[in-house]
Amino acid sequence: MRLLVDAQVTRGSFALDVSFAVEAGETVALLGPNGAGKSTVLRVLAGLLALDGGRIEVVGEGGGVTLWDEPASDTFVPPERRGIGVVFQDYALFPNLSVLENVAFGLRARGIRASSARATALGLLDRVGLGERAHNRPDQLSGGQAQRVALARALAVEPSVLLLDEPLAALDALTRAEVRSDLRRQLAAFPGVRLIVTHDPVDAYALADRVVVLEQGSVAQTGTLDEVTMHPRSRYVADLVGLNLLAGEMRAGVLHLPNGTQVVAADSALSGPAFVAVTPQSVALHRREPEGSARNVWSGTVTDLDRRADRVRVRVTGTVPLVAEITPAALIALDLAVGQTVWISVKATEIIGYPA
Amino acid sequence: MTRRRVGQSRPPTLALLLAGLAVAFFALPFVGILWRMPWSRVGSVLGDQAVREALRVSLETSVLAAVVSLALGVPLAWVLAQFDFPGRSIVRALSTLSMVLPPVVGGVALFFSFGRRGLFGQYLDRWFGIRLPFTTAGVVVAQVFVAMPFLVLTVEAALRQVDPRFGDAARTLGGSRWTVFRRVTLPAVRPALIAGLVLSWARALGEFGATITFAGNLPGRTQTMPLATYLALESDPESALVLSLALIAVSFAVLLGLRDRWLGAPSGRTSVAAP
Repeated sequence: MRLLVDAQVTRGSFALDVSFAVEAGETVALLGPNGAGKSTVLRVLAGLLALDGGRIEVVGEGGGVTLWDEPASDTFVPPERRGIGVVFQDYALFPNLSVLENVAFGLRARGIRASSARATALGLLDRVGLGERAHNRPDQLSGGQAQRVALARALAVEPSVLLLDEPLAALDALTRAEVRSDLRRQLAAFPGVRLIVTHDPVDAYALADRVVVLEQGSVAQTGTLDEVTMHPRSRYVADLVGLNLLAGEMRAGVLHLPNGTQVVAADSALSGPAFVAVTPQSVALHRREPEGSARNVWSGTVTDLDRRADRVRVRVTGTVPLVAEITPAALIALDLAVGQTVWISVKATEIIGYPA
Repeated sequence: MTRRRVGQSRPPTLALLLAGLAVAFFALPFVGILWRMPWSRVGSVLGDQAVREALRVSLETSVLAAVVSLALGVPLAWVLAQFDFPGRSIVRALSTLSMVLPPVVGGVALFFSFGRRGLFGQYLDRWFGIRLPFTTAGVVVAQVFVAMPFLVLTVEAALRQVDPRFGDAARTLGGSRWTVFRRVTLPAVRPALIAGLVLSWARALGEFGATITFAGNLPGRTQTMPLATYLALESDPESALVLSLALIAVSFAVLLGLRDRWLGAPSGRTSVAAP
């Protein structure tokens, strides 16, 4: 089974236009900053918001196509007939119902008798280790427990598509790591289409097989996590994974930046529009113009010092804006301050291009 | 506990002074009534047939008016809260107009619309044989007219506060609109529902102007306690005091009994989760 999405939605000045596909058995993370349109995509898939253009369809095992939403043919399947399970941000457990009734809600809404719905719900709660909490109210649960109840509630109706909206955002840092690995196991046990909306690359790393990066209402990049993190194709993704991104034209082993600067690369096979990702660790800083074999040497101004636990990130603007990562000891030795002029160098062997 | 909670600290003196003034303003009229109360006559006045009838009419009509307000007011509040339609602000203003109007004006309006010669009343009479003026049903109509806005306002405000994600969640789980409303929305607004019900009941119980204008003052049929009290004041002021005492006692008992449990006073559990 696969979920095919080609969604266009316009709301005021915000326009969403994305297309991607998710296969059954894989987890895809919809990753992007706030306001990128992630939640809009989720609402559209859930049937809580109708498309303005495009189509959403599900291709079954046998090749049969079920159309969920297509404005052109006036097709719209309401949420209750899509076979979806949704875990909402902050979980949205019904505050007036017990944990058990929350999980049984979907079954009862489908006309299953209260007693057998409750029995099924209790089985699901037992499976996630919350059977003893069945008669508690949601506000008596910890964040991690609420997350498990929300997932159990979504899975109770045996959906074929599971949608999770920021499933870990409501948790504090400590529980988060714990719940993350727990969620990972539970997702692996779900055989259908799994889609997670998140703004946190760590969650995407931990939970997803593939990411769809969303920026300003459109897909900036898709691919496996390794592809995306090694070869970012936008400034947002590069920042997200902590890389410097340079874009330009590759000719005979030299990347020509739009401002005319030339960056010497490791190999000369690639030609045409290209990206180069430079790790901050490979950017060296100097107080005076360095001598030696480094071919890529530029001067710039320190504009930011970001002190982490055992690393300092130094942002340098100039002909080639780059972020360098150095040790606190090196910071002291170089005696750097914001506003200072520095020299930066990057070895050609660290400059590996990939086609844009 | 060594640390004092903020809510338990002492309020500023000025606020305390003004609040005390407000409490005195509410309490003094009752002191005045109790001061002049002919205690020896309480039993005989309340035992009087006409008074007992007025009390019965008052309780029956006010409860009925509260129920009708609930049945019509909740759907109205829901539509106003959930749907954006042209003219919504006009509908909302219209629904609460009778709160602001002098009740007598409401009674006049009812008389010329639902009276026997009224615009709609004549057809009620001709087609269905229903006559509202000078009937107990007319009392209820007058009371609903002035009391329902209290319920609509209270419930609509609460419905707006309900997190729309609960509705979304219920719909993705396959809940129909009705299931969502019954199992999610309604329980979330239950305190407001009860508060609105009590407010509209209290307003109906105290209704005077619209009732006497539209339904008249027939003992045993349309004479409610406020009407009986007002009339007694002219003929027998002492019995007016006793009737007032009865109304005060009934109202105060209901408010006291419900307030702490239902009307948004702090309790162990809130029914709407924090966002």
